[in-house]
Amino acid sequence: MPDTLLKVEHLKKVYESMTGNVEAIGDISFEMEPGELVCIVGPSGCGKTTLLKCIAGLLKPTAGRVQLDGKAVVAPPPSMALVFQEYGRSLYPWLTVRGNVELPLKHKKLSRAERDRLIDDALVAVGLEHSAKSYPWQLSGGMQQRVAIARAVAYQPEVLIMDEPFAAVDAQTRADLEDLVRALHRERGMSILFVTHDIDESVYLGERVIVLSKSPTWVQEDLAIDLAAERDQITTRALPRFTELRTHVYEQIQRAKRGEAVRPGATAA
Amino acid sequence: MTLHTSTIVVPRSTARAWARFGENLGYAIGLPILLLVIWGVWASASPAAFFPSPLIIFDAFVDTWVGPAFVTDVLPSLGRLAVGIVLSVVLGVVAGTLIGLVRWLRELLEPMLEFFRAIPPPVLIPIVAVLLGPTDSMKITVIVAGSVWPVLLNTIDGVRSTDSVMTETAHSFALTPWERIRYLVLPAASPRIMAGTRQSLSIALILMVISEMFYSSSGLGYRIVYFQRNYLIAEMWSGILLLGLIGVLLAVIFGFVERRVLRWYHGIKEVERA
Repeated sequence: MPDTLLKVEHLKKVYESMTGNVEAIGDISFEMEPGELVCIVGPSGCGKTTLLKCIAGLLKPTAGRVQLDGKAVVAPPPSMALVFQEYGRSLYPWLTVRGNVELPLKHKKLSRAERDRLIDDALVAVGLEHSAKSYPWQLSGGMQQRVAIARAVAYQPEVLIMDEPFAAVDAQTRADLEDLVRALHRERGMSILFVTHDIDESVYLGERVIVLSKSPTWVQEDLAIDLAAERDQITTRALPRFTELRTHVYEQIQRAKRGEAVRPGATAA
Repeated sequence: MTLHTSTIVVPRSTARAWARFGENLGYAIGLPILLLVIWGVWASASPAAFFPSPLIIFDAFVDTWVGPAFVTDVLPSLGRLAVGIVLSVVLGVVAGTLIGLVRWLRELLEPMLEFFRAIPPPVLIPIVAVLLGPTDSMKITVIVAGSVWPVLLNTIDGVRSTDSVMTETAHSFALTPWERIRYLVLPAASPRIMAGTRQSLSIALILMVISEMFYSSSGLGYRIVYFQRNYLIAEMWSGILLLGLIGVLLAVIFGFVERRVLRWYHGIKEVERA
């Protein structure tokens, strides 16, 4: 059994403000192993982005711990890469596609040739090898998100964290990008933590789906997705098992929204 | 599953490019020529001592400025202007970046900046002249004291308004502080920095002239005052004409630099408009 890659223990985040404290995350614990593709779904406003920022070391949790490779995360760790939902604001418009992919590699001690190889390889992986000299704003939304993915791939992270990356692209582009994520996971063995509000997407992509409750958030269910590793937009989504799983997750989300699910260990009101 | 994209480049024929250039040039100099003609006709119809005809001024222009005066008066002025502008931009950008990034520094300095900015720079001339004498450094100090503000304040604003997602991206990829300034903060602030620089150029030109009108023995400002005091009216006008031309030249150079520096910015604007 491989060692744990990412360990989230009793994470809690309270936002303090003038008008009172808001408990965004109540108590979240889960683990992720190397090479896994884990999806996190939850009702809207359940603190998914807050959770990711805590995991990525961009936000300090109020209580609890995040460990990557056994080391506590207190600042953004160098072995983690992020893909944001707002691709337009995450890529730097003054750099070319290649410049954007290259930027995080600049302070890694790599030879020129090695760096070039990583960039070329990442651009080929996302199918953008012909757009290296373009600027991000010359590309469509889906392609801009591919640039952001290429940047994360070239960075060679141990875990890739994606925050609702396809929420802002159209349905067809979205399907292509989902298959790209599956391919990166399958062919390169990348460990991916994928946050989404789309139930179908979570079941199609994930090997595990973690369902979050509504805020203050806890893990309502940790569901293994027993679909074959080889997935296809048409056949996989038509499988009876796929429908069962998505129905199950859907019901869980509905329960979460109504606040019916009872937090384990919590005393019933 | 590969997608191919390329930027579509429509080749422009050279003949059409030249036609377009001619058209632009026509628009650019059409009105000035019309005004000159009106002025010329008016000046010959009712001659006035203080408003000589453009032909006389043009003669005076050639006699006055083409020759040794170019070396003794125009070049020193341009030199001080150039040094003043470069110092203003460098100082404004460096200080503005620091103040924009460091919160306590900003809170400490902001009220004072407003105060110093409100002082009209020409009133500094007597003080600086006492401190530094009638030297080049005095004039450059006056130029910088006035034209540093638009760059400084715009840089502070530009640095502060760096997009939060872009900043988080830099954090998450653990960019070093220097990389963050070089590849994120400065480019993100560059549209504001350029807007500030544009304002600074005209202020610098004004202060260059004013600083030479007092305690000076060379330079354009000095010459213009000298001509005026000696009733050399056409020569005086020719100096003013030269100042205008220098202003146009500055604007052209600035436009050239801006198009290079802000290529991405104008590109985005074009995409948004399309």
